[in-house]
Amino acid sequence: MNDIKALIIDDEPQLRKLIAINLEQQGIAVVSAATGREGIIMAASHQPDIILLDLGLPDRNGHQILTELRQWFVNPVLILSARNTEEDIVKALDNGAVDYIVKPFRTGELMARLRTALRQNHKAESEPLIVLGELTIDFASRRVTRGGNEVHLTVTEFKLLAIMASNEGRVVTHRFLLKEVWGIAYQTETQYLRVFVAQLRKKLEQDPNRPAHLLTENGIGYRLI
Amino acid sequence: MEKLKSPKSSTRQFISASALILIISAACFTAGPWLSYHATAMLLLLCVSVLAVKYDIYPVLSSAVLSALLLNFFFIPPLYTFHITTGEDLLMLLIYIIIAVINGIFTFRLKREERKSRERSERRNALRLYNTIFNSLSHELKTPITAVIAAADILEDTAQPATAKILVNEIQVAAQRLDSQLENLLAMSRLESGMLSLQKDWTDITDLLYRIGELYQTPTHEIIIQADPNLPLVKLDYGLVSKAIENIIRNAVAHTPAGTTVTVAADYNDGACIITVADNGQGLPPGSFWQVFDKFYRAEGAAAGGTGLGLSIAKGFTEAHGGEIRACNDNGAVFTITLPAESTYINKLKNE
Repeated sequence: MNDIKALIIDDEPQLRKLIAINLEQQGIAVVSAATGREGIIMAASHQPDIILLDLGLPDRNGHQILTELRQWFVNPVLILSARNTEEDIVKALDNGAVDYIVKPFRTGELMARLRTALRQNHKAESEPLIVLGELTIDFASRRVTRGGNEVHLTVTEFKLLAIMASNEGRVVTHRFLLKEVWGIAYQTETQYLRVFVAQLRKKLEQDPNRPAHLLTENGIGYRLI
Repeated sequence: MEKLKSPKSSTRQFISASALILIISAACFTAGPWLSYHATAMLLLLCVSVLAVKYDIYPVLSSAVLSALLLNFFFIPPLYTFHITTGEDLLMLLIYIIIAVINGIFTFRLKREERKSRERSERRNALRLYNTIFNSLSHELKTPITAVIAAADILEDTAQPATAKILVNEIQVAAQRLDSQLENLLAMSRLESGMLSLQKDWTDITDLLYRIGELYQTPTHEIIIQADPNLPLVKLDYGLVSKAIENIIRNAVAHTPAGTTVTVAADYNDGACIITVADNGQGLPPGSFWQVFDKFYRAEGAAAGGTGLGLSIAKGFTEAHGGEIRACNDNGAVFTITLPAESTYINKLKNE
């Protein structure tokens, strides 16, 4: 985790300090900004490897800042938000945020999401095989094995799993999954997702009711770990 | 024409409208030979139209009728009678009445539309104001709590000696409690303000229950989830429903001794999703089955702690969703939430 620089954009000095302490303990260099305006300037001048952006900024809407950043900032943006704002979180994710964390958060969770965000995307070309515990997903041969035994997945089921796998560790919104697997006309047909995720869990999870890999992020989407 | 103010009382309007009509009529009458009765009709019509701009519909209609009568009696030949001899005059009078009445009705409708759109924008402004205050209050309370939890969290790793670790744990527990009380108060405030908006989407109710079960693992109580795997998908606002169930579970855990089991089950029947939370504790005080949902109700002898809001929030959220909640005793307390909801079985999904 060395040589990583993070930018924190949050209007609360206490939180900026605390997150900074946390990150610095892990060897990450930290710069911070108190307003959106300042944040954008610092992003341009410091070129951080990751930005933590508070959605509830006072001067400009956190969403606006995100949109502006996304126009030229290529590294991941993680959003910090208050609870009960799933709509805002989904909007931010659809607008290019890579993941989110809800206040009050535990540092373990923050670090996990940060690390995942900093990892590169698994592209099928660059990383044809993904291993998650006892599951192995082979993009090239389109096969999935569980504890060494092959699991038969239908085309749609594999497609769904593959998209989540290429975003491994990160949350993917309902809309994104529906668009990618079924097409843009289906982006609000959440019933398809529910059914297929249940089917995948039955085939892949030790205990489909207590999934270890295919996690639900209520109101937002799913996360494959 | 003099500028007219719009008096608030209806009687005042009747009086001043009639007065105006009478004055104008008298003036036209005295202008006698130089003013034809056709011109008088136009002047009176103008009067009524001006009145319609500011006055309520009934004074306006009455002045329309009054002016028509005056016109007929004092101006249309033969004078001082209600008779009309020529067809042309009859036509004029009829058209006069029609125009006067239309005027009144038209402006009445217009004013009603204006009032409605004013009310709508007032409501929009109230909503905006509420949201602003709610969000800033939320933010102001959550931020210190977040800071405490984060700081305690960091401290936990480095706290020495053992006593410090225990203290840090106390801070964490207290902060979490504060946080959940805050959540409850915010939830109550949203409910009371009437500013709760439903966001229904297809929900896997079994998944929802298991997620809640995971969240509420406690060392003292066992939470069992019982859900039929063949339940259809149900269109619910998962947020409201979760909160309702969570509050009941939390209540059950708080009011039953350690070792009690809480069973959460879901079923779908007759167009409604039915969720039950049952414990095998000592049950609710007999006769309190409706009272338990009152705000701030605390059972006698209940342990200290808790604001007494949990069940009333569960009820509020259930009802906001269009559902019903009931409590009874059956070897322990049983809470039943009934939510009318659409369901779907997707059998014909393309899947190959």
